[in-house]
Amino acid sequence: MSATPLLELRGIDKSFGPVQVLRDVAFAAHAGEVTALVGDNGAGKSTLVKCISGIYPTDAGEFLFDGRPVTIHSPRDAAALGIEVVYQDLALCDNLDIVQNMFLGREKRNGLVLDEPTMEQMAAETLAGLSVRTVKSLRQHVSSLSGGQRQTVAIAKAVLWNSRLVILDEPTAALGVAQTAQVLELVRRLADNGLAVVLISHNMNDVFAVSDRIAALYLGQMVAQVKTTDITHAQVVELITAGRSGSLGLSAEPGTGANGNGGGTLPADSTTGGAR
Amino acid sequence: MTMTVVQEEGPASVTPAPTVASHARNYWSRVRGGDIGALPAVLGLIVLCTVFSIARPSFLTAGNFANLFTQGAAVTLIAMGLVFVLLLGEIDLSAGFASGVCAAVLANVVTVLGYPWYVAVLAAIATGVVIGTTIGILVAKVGIPSFVVTLAGFLAFQGIALMLMEEGSNIAIRDEVLLAIANRNLPPLVGWLLALVTVAGYGATQLLRHRKRASRGLVTDPIAVVFARIGGLALVLGVAVFILNLERSRNVLITSLKGVPIVVPVIAVLLILWTFVLQRTSYGRHVYAVGGNREAARRAGINVDRIRISVFVICSSMAAVGGIVAASRANSVDPNTGGSSVLLYAVGAAVIGGTSLFGGKGRVLDAVLGGAVIAVIDNGMGLMEYSSGVKYVLTGVVLALAATVDAFSRRRSTAIGTR
Repeated sequence: MSATPLLELRGIDKSFGPVQVLRDVAFAAHAGEVTALVGDNGAGKSTLVKCISGIYPTDAGEFLFDGRPVTIHSPRDAAALGIEVVYQDLALCDNLDIVQNMFLGREKRNGLVLDEPTMEQMAAETLAGLSVRTVKSLRQHVSSLSGGQRQTVAIAKAVLWNSRLVILDEPTAALGVAQTAQVLELVRRLADNGLAVVLISHNMNDVFAVSDRIAALYLGQMVAQVKTTDITHAQVVELITAGRSGSLGLSAEPGTGANGNGGGTLPADSTTGGAR
Repeated sequence: MTMTVVQEEGPASVTPAPTVASHARNYWSRVRGGDIGALPAVLGLIVLCTVFSIARPSFLTAGNFANLFTQGAAVTLIAMGLVFVLLLGEIDLSAGFASGVCAAVLANVVTVLGYPWYVAVLAAIATGVVIGTTIGILVAKVGIPSFVVTLAGFLAFQGIALMLMEEGSNIAIRDEVLLAIANRNLPPLVGWLLALVTVAGYGATQLLRHRKRASRGLVTDPIAVVFARIGGLALVLGVAVFILNLERSRNVLITSLKGVPIVVPVIAVLLILWTFVLQRTSYGRHVYAVGGNREAARRAGINVDRIRISVFVICSSMAAVGGIVAASRANSVDPNTGGSSVLLYAVGAAVIGGTSLFGGKGRVLDAVLGGAVIAVIDNGMGLMEYSSGVKYVLTGVVLALAATVDAFSRRRSTAIGTR
């Protein structure tokens, strides 16, 4: 789609003491696209997200936002750029209603007094903009919502602030079939509204259902970032588990002993010319 | 789930305007879902008052009605502060003796050192602020459970109160202004005026809010419900002021005794102030958020430690106000001021009123309603000449009942899925 990615990372390194978690990671997220970030447990997905959202400082590498180099030192910097993260464990307050949750920590005020009508109006507009029709009243407590509705509120909360990049950490992990479909539809709609969306997921069906690009992390290295249409289910699984798949991923190293069984079958399937 | 049903109703902003019937239905479904609020306290109050009125006709006199306010005032004020602490799921066991220490400071400053009353009041409240800050820092920054910190405070403040009063002697309060708080009444006309101002103010804010929301196309409560609320308040205040303005002196020739006790507007002003803080400011919103989900509040950029310290400051400051009222009512301060059952009554008042011990749910009004229940039990049992033993047992049973209702409503809302 667009020529310059909204967010581009180059050569990101991150270590915790002696453990190097991210090694020379390059990553791009384009406006209007859903980029799926996949990888096994411990591959560095969460660390990468926390680097993007300013929770962890990076050791090396550059951030380009809108083509301009930027530095992100804190979550506040990320929020100022329009980067919002929706965490796995939702971070909603059960005892507050939808509007109160969406504006939590950033309430609109008239002097000292909370400006409830404005907040309610903005929340209604945001939900309408996302074509959310599943909530009965904006003033119902979050405790009375289903899992899918809660996820919807969490996503709407991220979108409310004119955000440009929304990162979703396993938004469907705890949901049933119907609710998953509902949330995926919402994720797609975010991208169609022009936002850059990064979707972290373990579920290949979800990834193939909504993503435009897939970025695979393997042991702290970005092994491939390709268009979803250019790659198969099996190849993604292979990238996640072995770090390479045919011409994709890490070049065959002498050190990797595990590529004997899986790597052998795939070179025949060489339809992956679209890889960059 | 009910999702498919709900889906047909369209976006929230264009749901049909609620009618009186749908409003009542919503309320009932909330009650059934475990969100009962102050309903048990109100029902309990009605039952208790009926029983005591039948058993002892003297319960239903204007004089006794006025007594209820002065008897329950100190506990109610302390309970108002405790609501803030309970909203975070914490507890302050030291609030009773904190009020005792603050009352001792008040008595020392005004009687022993001879400063004017306002200096003494400020000193007492400042003492409350210092106590609250200390507890808050120990809980939020050092990380000791509030139960343990305030249990330590319970013991320590008892000791401080003793030391401030030279090992047990009491200090008399002779300042006219301080004595007036719990012992004098407003002129009848002023009582009516205050009631009028309160109803007018409440009505104006309710109607303004209704108009503002309607003009923005937001869902509003039916106008009939708004008027019913205003009318209800007017009725309650009107009847109360009318009764309090009746002559309640036994012998009118010696002295005339009528009017609203001064402590009533004191409670009313603090009730309005703290309700405003909790419901209409972002600070209040953050208190609820920290009580509901501390991690979510932290991620939303709320300074959780500051909120946690602040509620203990509010609680101890309100304990100081309660101590001042208690000192005024007793005309003196002794080492047992704020002791014995005061703290337990105050916690009981908040919980009976509907504030949850699990945090995240409660209003300042709960403290007033619960305080009324406690005062009625205390007063009614006294009139029926039961011993203190029976009184304590009954209050304990009522508190246990209230905590049971709290736990059940929580479990019910979990089962029904509203939590």
